[in-house]
Amino acid sequence: MAAPNLKAEKRTRQRYRRERRFKALCVGAILLSVAFLVFFFTDIIQRGYTAFYQAEVRAEVTYSERTVDLPPAAVDDEVRPFVSRGWLRQLPDHVEADPDLMGQTVTRWITADAPVGQYLKGQYSELTEQEKAEVDRLREQGQIRLAFNTNFFTNGDSKMAEIAGIKSAVVGSVLTLAVTMAVAFPIGVMSAVYLEEFAPDNRFTRFIEVNINNLAAVPSILYGLLGLAIFINFVGVPRSSALAGGLTLALMTLPIIIISTRAALRAVPDSIREGAFGVGASRLQVVSHHVLPQSLPGILTGSIIGLAQAMGETAPLLLVGMMAFIPSAPEGVTDAATVLPAQIYTWASMPQRAFDEITAAGILVLLAVLLTLNATAVVLRKRFERRW
Amino acid sequence: MQMPQPNDNPRSSGGIAARSAPGTAELREEDDTVESGDRSQPTPASGVTRAPEVGAGAEPETAEAVHPTKVDVRSLSLWYGDTQALFDVNLQIPDKDVTALIGPSGCGKSTFLRCINRMNDLIPSVTTQGQLLLDEADIYGPDVDVVQLRSRVGMVFQKPNPFPKSIYENVAYAPRIHGVAQKGAEMDDLVETSLRKAGLWQEVSDRLSLPGTSLSGGQQQRLCIARAIAVNPDVILMDEPASALDPVATATIEELIDELQSNYTIIIVTHNMQQAARVARYTAFFHLGEVIEYDRTDTIFTTPREKRTEDYITGRFG
Ligand SMILES: Nc1ncnc2c1ncn2[C@@H]1O[C@H](COP(=O)(O)OP(=O)(O)OP(=O)(O)O)[C@@H](O)[C@H]1O
Ligand SMILES: [Mg+2]
Repeated sequence: MAAPNLKAEKRTRQRYRRERRFKALCVGAILLSVAFLVFFFTDIIQRGYTAFYQAEVRAEVTYSERTVDLPPAAVDDEVRPFVSRGWLRQLPDHVEADPDLMGQTVTRWITADAPVGQYLKGQYSELTEQEKAEVDRLREQGQIRLAFNTNFFTNGDSKMAEIAGIKSAVVGSVLTLAVTMAVAFPIGVMSAVYLEEFAPDNRFTRFIEVNINNLAAVPSILYGLLGLAIFINFVGVPRSSALAGGLTLALMTLPIIIISTRAALRAVPDSIREGAFGVGASRLQVVSHHVLPQSLPGILTGSIIGLAQAMGETAPLLLVGMMAFIPSAPEGVTDAATVLPAQIYTWASMPQRAFDEITAAGILVLLAVLLTLNATAVVLRKRFERRW
Repeated sequence: MQMPQPNDNPRSSGGIAARSAPGTAELREEDDTVESGDRSQPTPASGVTRAPEVGAGAEPETAEAVHPTKVDVRSLSLWYGDTQALFDVNLQIPDKDVTALIGPSGCGKSTFLRCINRMNDLIPSVTTQGQLLLDEADIYGPDVDVVQLRSRVGMVFQKPNPFPKSIYENVAYAPRIHGVAQKGAEMDDLVETSLRKAGLWQEVSDRLSLPGTSLSGGQQQRLCIARAIAVNPDVILMDEPASALDPVATATIEELIDELQSNYTIIIVTHNMQQAARVARYTAFFHLGEVIEYDRTDTIFTTPREKRTEDYITGRFG
């Protein structure tokens, strides 16, 4: 009587032990991935957050015929070494934008040269000891300060880190993704609906199905080659444009949308379809009244994830010329444009140390956009989710 | 398509009803119109499967009204791909009555039921042969519109499957797509009437906007019945409508079927012998895709003609 009891207990103990071991392994895996994530975020934030403020110099700026021709003359000798040359170069543009400025002398905060900011932020700076002392003195007098870096959000790319901004890349990304979604979403959803709800199950549709699944696994750079060949060389879409990039990314996103939409459609129980057919709904009515509304959250989630993937894609855009230096934001889908990841890559390959932090800041912006997209996907799913 | 309405049907007139329907002699003569071919198997019991000889019986109950044939199945065979699932089925199902289909699992009851509103059309591999007349019009005829057909032949499924929409919307959906009722007061009335007929109005009248899926299983099934009767069909097909329900909900459904039979022709598949005995006036026993015996329910359960029927009913197989 006692012996079998004991044996059973031993087996249970063993089972519990195995269970605990397995649980520990799982927890370990989670901890490890969380650790990676934390490490990644702290590193990027640490490196990037300083880019969100920058040094400014208070200077008297003279707007005149002479200074428009020769911008460095617009400011005092005393502060000239610390003023951003990039900012001075924009002086004629300022006058053009606001002709009233002509002939006036205005005292205002202007962007300082990158090394000044780097020095004030305690980073490596190429300023001489003498210059550093001068910066300290001016700072004590309130002539130099660290302020929010508006340039980063209002400017396009520049060869000078202090006035380089992310705006043209953000606008480029938005335009590109708008094109991608406008093309890939309707085509993808309709293809999936046809394949899942209407198409007969024959060799031809199975062939299409296999090919779509394969397309999702094709390296993205090949889509770039395809886009280059079709859209730019054959159709004649302008190179480097958001249209070319968007269409190329649409090719890449299409299989993802088709696959996720089909999965969402398949998740709708057949009993719903039967019920609708049973009361005499036509196939189109079954799909549009019952199946699509039910699968909408899944379709949206899949599409947003496809969008997020397209958002982070660089390789195919390289081939359609979107890895470009774009100082001013594109105004339409046919203007030359770049996208966030391409911009980040461009900055990362700049030799000046000052670009380090704006590279990290660019990554932060990209991450923020991606997190927003994913959060939207979650919210949409929650909002539309219905049980059956 | 235009199907003859019951009134157009001479056989539904009272005089004919008093004759020996559902299995009238002249109908049996016409059976040979079916292109039976070599695929249809000779049915050993085909003489029996024709119809319950209601009028011929000497039992005292035959005094009650005998109903004309509503659904007339003639030599119906069905294949799933190469596998034959129905073999030369012949049945005359009477109007405004309950007919039960019983038989062991996999014998083709659901398959047969789904023929009557052509739900099998949704399965690409299915081929059918034979005739299935609804009020004497072949529903497998070339000009039949399945959408029209399904508005006349409603269906209630084994598992309650209300649409994931509001209770109101569940009932109003079919009338809307068939243009039976206008939005507004007319639709509100129709929804209420249908829910009342389904015996659900009392329970849901104050929460019509709640999702249909929020109801209990039995309520959901009654909602599905309300959904089916909202377009006022002639025939309601029920595939084990109570098999997912507890005894109390089952009893409610059975009472409901009893009430509905005065207005609708009900064909119900059931695995529950007592249920068949309780609700159905006629019972067809299916076995391996054939109708072995079709007769009045009491006859089937008390004095079956076939050994297999008896074996099944007494629980010796199936
Ligand atoms: N979609 C299908 N494709 C192929 N074969 C099918 C399909 N549906 C049913 N069958 C086959 O047809 C036969 C009859 O099935 P059916 O569902 O009509 O049986 P049933 O009498 O309703 O059984 P149950 O009482 O278990 O519901 C079975 O042998 C089944 O395997
Ligand atoms: Mg069945």
